[in-house]
Amino acid sequence: MLIIKGLTKYFAKNSPHETLALDNFNLRVGKGDFVTIIGSNGAGKSTLLNLIAGTLQQDKGEIRLSGEMINNQPEYQRARWIGRVFQNPLLGTAPYMAVEENLSLSLKREKRGLRLGINENLRNFFREKLSELNLGLEDNISKKVGLLSGGQRQAMTMLMATMFKPKVLLLDEHTAALDPESSKKILKLTQDLVMERQGDLITLMVTHNMKQALEVGNRTVMMDRGRNIFDIQGEEREKINVDDLVRQFSILGNRKDKYIEDRMVLI
Amino acid sequence: MPISLFLHALEQGLVFGIMVLGVFITYKILDFPDLTVEGSFPLGAAVVAKVIFSGGDPLLGTFLAIIAGSLAGLITGLLHTKLKLTNLLSGILTMTLLYSVNLRIMGRPNIPLLGKVTLLGEIENYFPNLSMDYLIPFFFLFLVVILKFIIDYFLSTEIGLTIIATGDNEQMIKSLGVNTDLTKLMGLCISNALVALSGALFAQYSGFADVNMGLGTIVAGLACVIIGISIIKIPTIFWRTIAVLVGSLVYRLIMIIALRYGYSFGFKPGDLKMISVLLVIIALSVPFIKGKLNFADRFNLGRKDLQNNNGKEV
Ligand SMILES: Nc1ncnc2c1ncn2[C@@H]1O[C@H](COP(=O)(O)OP(=O)(O)OP(=O)(O)O)[C@@H](O)[C@H]1O
Ligand SMILES: [Mg+2]
Repeated sequence: MLIIKGLTKYFAKNSPHETLALDNFNLRVGKGDFVTIIGSNGAGKSTLLNLIAGTLQQDKGEIRLSGEMINNQPEYQRARWIGRVFQNPLLGTAPYMAVEENLSLSLKREKRGLRLGINENLRNFFREKLSELNLGLEDNISKKVGLLSGGQRQAMTMLMATMFKPKVLLLDEHTAALDPESSKKILKLTQDLVMERQGDLITLMVTHNMKQALEVGNRTVMMDRGRNIFDIQGEEREKINVDDLVRQFSILGNRKDKYIEDRMVLI
Repeated sequence: MPISLFLHALEQGLVFGIMVLGVFITYKILDFPDLTVEGSFPLGAAVVAKVIFSGGDPLLGTFLAIIAGSLAGLITGLLHTKLKLTNLLSGILTMTLLYSVNLRIMGRPNIPLLGKVTLLGEIENYFPNLSMDYLIPFFFLFLVVILKFIIDYFLSTEIGLTIIATGDNEQMIKSLGVNTDLTKLMGLCISNALVALSGALFAQYSGFADVNMGLGTIVAGLACVIIGISIIKIPTIFWRTIAVLVGSLVYRLIMIIALRYGYSFGFKPGDLKMISVLLVIIALSVPFIKGKLNFADRFNLGRKDLQNNNGKEV
């Protein structure tokens, strides 16, 4: 269970540029939930994920994971339970290190010691995992990651973010920077990898694609100006279509005048 | 060219090669241009000279030099990670601090070691039948090879990989559960320990320690690293450590030749530093002149152009 209570985050506090990026944000997500998060630019989606992961520190509020308060732990400690994939495929992997080295770094996230980072057993395990991606990477396990395509790197990052069996998976527009073909593949891979965990994982996926937001996962949260303004799941979510969602967004976000604009941005 | 010139280049290339391994770890592995070495090289020399001059055991002195070097790295690392100073400023502060520290340790600007029992002297006593001419290069070679393999092994361990990743994509490795403050501290300590060891051995080899002997260490180190990896381009750790050592040998050979024969072209000993800088610039510009940069060249040149992925995306 991931519980977020009263989470508030300012940027450039007490300066003329002060921005309230998260405004008393609340969310409770149960094990097995796959939540898609939507909202216009600057709504605070990335800030939310960065606060959960510990890349940023909140000004107020708390984050609990399986009962444990994690909001004061440094990022590297939370990484034991949190897998992440970013929009930019270059962010999730180390370009001048080999495929197998990247995987090894991701698999063991605590108590690293003076054992070799890679051995035959691990190598076989990595080959097996890589072959499931169907990208032929299992035969290029010592290739430098910088030589792979964006789609291949993103697929590797997906694998790295799930292979160590995290409790939480954070995806921030992780298909947005890819060509349509790779984008589709990565989304499919995401669903497969989440399925593999059979309801044992909490997934938060930010997307700008409303259609995707309703098709993928089992719950959708809409954010606006740092608040959680709309949260649907189950039957209610089944019935809703993209157009309804955009309308909701305009009404709830007090943006009736901007309906057309929102439609263009969100779909 | 007389054979003794080659032997000298070999000896110096190996002794300084230990320093080059240290510079390689900060500059290439951690992506941290560390100026501390300008101070930690003479620090190693000062510590060992002080111990030997006061009648202490040279092995103990060498060991203390290694410890002192790693402390120097620790200071730079703390300035950088805790006070958030830039890597260049952190190095400059420590390097300048060490100048005073080194003077304090030695009590004067220069300590001669001629006639004292050094580590090399002790080794000579172990092998009375061998000529010093071959014993010294052989001992240095032995030491450098051992250090090379220890570094290779360390960099392939779980911790070692996190140090490499810190230089390659810091943001990623943080999100994979690594405290990058710690990996940077480790890298800096190891690097400066090697540099101080190099300084300690050089003092015993050349028979003196001087507070100014660190001048130009960083450029010499960079020159060796860059020359080495433009000669041997295989991007595995095993070959990269070999490459920088080869770079060290080539560099010393060039320096010795320049010193020996340069006068006929009007060179003076004071021009050596300029030659070092020219070497660095030439080695760095060759791939540009040859044409487009490929992946391997970018890798060799320092990684900035490929690494614009550190643009604030989070
Ligand atoms: N590092 C930062 N410094 C200052 N302001 C920031 C910073 N990061 C985000 N902000 C501001 O906080 C607000 C929320 O930004 P955030 O990146 O969370 O939005 P988002 O919902 O992810 O938007 P997008 O859809 O464009 O990715 C915005 O107003 C943004 O300008
Ligand atoms: Mg965002």
